[in-house]
Amino acid sequence: MRAALSTLKFLEAGSLSHAFKIMKTHPGIMPTAGCTDIYVSLNFGTLKVREFLNLWGLSELRKIQMKGDYLSIGSLATYTQIIHSDSVKKWIPMLIQASSSIGGMQIQNRGTLGGNIGNGSPAGDTLPVLAAAEAVVVLGSTEGIRRISFNMFYTGYRKNAMNPEELILSVEIPRIKSQQWYRKVGTRAAQAISKIVMAAVLSKDPEEQQDPRRIRIAFGSLAPTVIRAFRTETALAENGNITEAQKTLLSEIQPIDDIRSTALYRQTVAANLLAEWWGKVSPRSLIKS
Amino acid sequence: MQFTVNGKKVNVRAYPMKRLLDVLREDLGLTGTKEGCGEGECGACTVLINGEAVCSCLVPLAQVKGARVKTIEGVKHPIQEAFVREGGTQCGICTPGFIMSALTLPANVSLKEMQERLAGNLCRCTGYMGIYRAVKKGLKAKRGAKLVSLRVKKKSQKRKRVRSI
Repeated sequence: MRAALSTLKFLEAGSLSHAFKIMKTHPGIMPTAGCTDIYVSLNFGTLKVREFLNLWGLSELRKIQMKGDYLSIGSLATYTQIIHSDSVKKWIPMLIQASSSIGGMQIQNRGTLGGNIGNGSPAGDTLPVLAAAEAVVVLGSTEGIRRISFNMFYTGYRKNAMNPEELILSVEIPRIKSQQWYRKVGTRAAQAISKIVMAAVLSKDPEEQQDPRRIRIAFGSLAPTVIRAFRTETALAENGNITEAQKTLLSEIQPIDDIRSTALYRQTVAANLLAEWWGKVSPRSLIKS
Repeated sequence: MQFTVNGKKVNVRAYPMKRLLDVLREDLGLTGTKEGCGEGECGACTVLINGEAVCSCLVPLAQVKGARVKTIEGVKHPIQEAFVREGGTQCGICTPGFIMSALTLPANVSLKEMQERLAGNLCRCTGYMGIYRAVKKGLKAKRGAKLVSLRVKKKSQKRKRVRSI
C-alpha cells in the first residue's frame, strides 16, 4: 500500500442533506460508496485525494424502482442488487449482463452503479449500456436536484459535467422498445477489465421505423470516454450495409495501445462485434430465419 | 468502532480507512484471512459481511460499523475437511478465501454456477478441479458429518507412502 491510510480522513454522511453540506464545505473531498476502485488507486499511489466522504450508509440511494415511464436505479445500488432485480431484468436485461461481467461476486457485492459512473473509466462495463439506453443521471447538491443526459455526462478522459459539490443520486432509464445486446471482450471470461465493451439496441417497433434513434450503439474502451457511435448508427439506419458501417465505425473511434490491448486489435474486434450483432438482429437476417 | 466478528462483539480503535483485512489480522489477531493482491482481484482476503462475500482488502473499517463479520476462524463446516481430502488446498494462501466464498453458494450448486460464483477467487496451484470437487462434496455433507469413506483412503495412502520410504 503506497498511501498511508492512517492519514486519510473519512467523513461520515448521516443523511443525504448532511452529505450535500459536507460536499459544499469540503472542496476536493471524494465521495465513496463500495470503495472497490479507491483502494486500488491508493495502492498504486495514483490517488492524491486525502479526504473522503462515506456514503455507504445512505440506504435511500440504494433503491431500484419503477417511476412512471422509467426505471430509477439508486447510485448506491450494488451490481448484486441489479443482477437480482426483477425490474431490471424486465426493463433493461443488458444491464444485468454488464453487471454480471464485473469483477467477481465479492466486487459485485460492494461495487455500485453510481461508482462506475463517477469513476468514469473508459472501460467501465455498465457505461455503454447507459449510453445506448439514453439514460439520465440525476445529480444533487445543496442547490437542488438536476438531471443530465448520460450522453452529455462525460467531457473528457475521466472528466464529467458534474459540479464539484454534486453527488450522483440515481440513474433513470427510459423504456426501450428494442432488442438489447451486450458483449464484453476481456482477457478471460470473468473478472477481467474489458478490452472492448459494446452495447446496442435496435427497435423492431413498426411505429419507430422512421425514427433515426431506433438504432443505438455504444462502445467502451475505444476512446477517452464511453462513446455512442452516432455516425455508424446513421449509416446502418440508412442502408443496412454492414461493410460500409464498419468503415464508418473505424473512422469514428480512437482506440489506444495500452497494457490490456493494442489499438489495431481493438479496431478489428470492434468491427467484428458490430458485424456479429448486426448479423443477429438486422432485418435481412430476420427475414432469412 | 463496534461490530461483530464470528459472533463476538468487538470494539476496535483504529483509523477509519484502515482496511478490514488489516484490522482482522493486526488489531484482532485473526491471521487466517490472507492478503494476496491487495486490490480485489484474487479473493484471498474474502470474508463475509452480513452474509455477503467481500474482499476485506477493499473495505474500510468505518463501513463495518454494526455489521456481522465472519472469518475463516469462525467456520466449522465439512467443507474444510473436503478441501484437505480432495486436494483442494496446496500452498494454502487462497484456501480461506475460497471457503468463505463457497459458503455463500447453495448446497446443490452446479459446476457452471460454481465456476462463475468462484471466479473472484484465484488459485495458482491446484488447477481448480480439486477445489470444485471439495466445494461440491463439502456443501452436500451435513454439518457435523464426517466424510468417513475418504478418511480411510487417506490413511491407506499414508501407509503406502511410509512403506515406499
